[in-house]
Amino acid sequence: MSILSTDLLSKNFDTPAGSVHAVRNISLDIQQGECLAIVGESGSGKTTLANMVLGILAPSAGEIYFDGELLPSKRSKVQRKAIQLVQQNPLSSLNPKRSVGASVRLGLDTYNMGARSNRWSVVEHALESVGLPSEMRHRAPSTLSGGQRQRISIARALACEPKLLVLDEPTSALDVLVQARVLRLLNELRKERALSYLFITHDLAVVRNVADRVAVCQAGEIVELGDTEQIFTAPEAAYTRSLISAVPVVDNDEMALRNKLASRE
Amino acid sequence: MRTLRILARNPLSVVGLVLVLLIIFAAVFAQYIVPYPTHNGSVIDFAFANKPPSARNWFGTDLVGRDIFSRIIYAYQISLTLGVVVLAVATPIGTIIGLLAGYVGGWVENVLMRLVDIFLSIPPLVLAIAMMGVLEPTLTNAMLAVTVVWWPWYARLVYSIARAEREEGYVLAAEVIGASAVHISFREILPNCLPAIITKMTLDMGFVIIIASSLSFLGLGVQPPTPDLGSMVAEGARYLPDSWWLSVFPGLAILVAVFGFNLLGDGLREILSVDK
Repeated sequence: MSILSTDLLSKNFDTPAGSVHAVRNISLDIQQGECLAIVGESGSGKTTLANMVLGILAPSAGEIYFDGELLPSKRSKVQRKAIQLVQQNPLSSLNPKRSVGASVRLGLDTYNMGARSNRWSVVEHALESVGLPSEMRHRAPSTLSGGQRQRISIARALACEPKLLVLDEPTSALDVLVQARVLRLLNELRKERALSYLFITHDLAVVRNVADRVAVCQAGEIVELGDTEQIFTAPEAAYTRSLISAVPVVDNDEMALRNKLASRE
Repeated sequence: MRTLRILARNPLSVVGLVLVLLIIFAAVFAQYIVPYPTHNGSVIDFAFANKPPSARNWFGTDLVGRDIFSRIIYAYQISLTLGVVVLAVATPIGTIIGLLAGYVGGWVENVLMRLVDIFLSIPPLVLAIAMMGVLEPTLTNAMLAVTVVWWPWYARLVYSIARAEREEGYVLAAEVIGASAVHISFREILPNCLPAIITKMTLDMGFVIIIASSLSFLGLGVQPPTPDLGSMVAEGARYLPDSWWLSVFPGLAILVAVFGFNLLGDGLREILSVDK
């Protein structure tokens, strides 16, 4: 059953130079428990799409359905609670003047979840579930590493008990080792909690590790949508092939495959 | 510890802190420390009128024989009270308007900031003088006039910070969760504006004292016999250079206070901005 589906979703921005189509007629769906990756270059409309799914940007046209019901332009708290975000930049996504705990608690207070007296223990539990010590709730973000901050961002989203997580380049600001750990955490959480992910990235190596299906985005349109394995081994769109062949090379077999893909262009 | 180290690196801000603490202490305990506690009112002692500085009267005496040192300390009481009241009223007004304009944006921003622009386009002293021309010259009205002149500067300061903070990821995170505009403005953005606000308040204590003294210098502020630095300078100015002590010491008193608050403000700016 699909948890999220978009129907001919479009977004235009009016600029002095004319109307810019950031997203054009995108229709896609995410199944319960699935991770759908959206890949594409910067400016391909990935983040605009994410912002519409999150309800902070109103679509110019098209509709978004969540759990079978049409999402209105002004969402209720219950509707907001179900879709949460993890951002790209762990330096700016946490308020430097508030404690880690206060940031994680925001959703609990906004959605009035559970007894007030119990919320700090929920916050501590959320920190533990992303592999951080519960005492960390007293710390200031400036005392933490990038990887720790990104885990806190994940804890903040999870504390709201969402059904769908929008992950907007969640690992691209981290170094490779930390990136691997955060991806493993995200994979585990998805299985444990039956979460669905909308995973936005430009990093194809990441896609291979986490995604069930991939949507390739170019200039605001989806040019190819399919199972991850199929996209990587038998890409159909020329744009997908050029994206894959542009990934830095890891080993010889892979290199041979890529040369073959590139030569088909 | 870190604060102490920064203070040690900036000896001038320590000088500022000491001056400010001395002035506050003197003003608060004025009636216990001044040599002539009754000289803040209409006391007349012609035997000692208009005397130069001496061991009996460190800063000399005024035209009716009152001790100038005692009157300066009392005048600090008035200046500090005025400064604190003006900032305590102007800062929240300016902050709320700046936050609303900076975070909400749209027509709210346009209306509020054009209003602020109008206030800022009139020279502050001229606006204050114009207001005092209409109002009775009392301490309360002087506070009112200076407050009206002062809040737009805070609105502009907070507005510019809030505009920048609005683009930060933590604001987006709060918006995605669906937190209210009040929560985002006051709980998320305001704490990030506070260091700049506190620094500006410290610097402004000095400037408020100057503008209030300017008003009373022109006879538009606190009225005699209440001692006020500005009116003391004005009173003595007619007898320069012979009775120089009448104006020079109150003038120096203004300088020391402004200097102290400025040095302290500069030090605070450094201390509060390090963690960014």
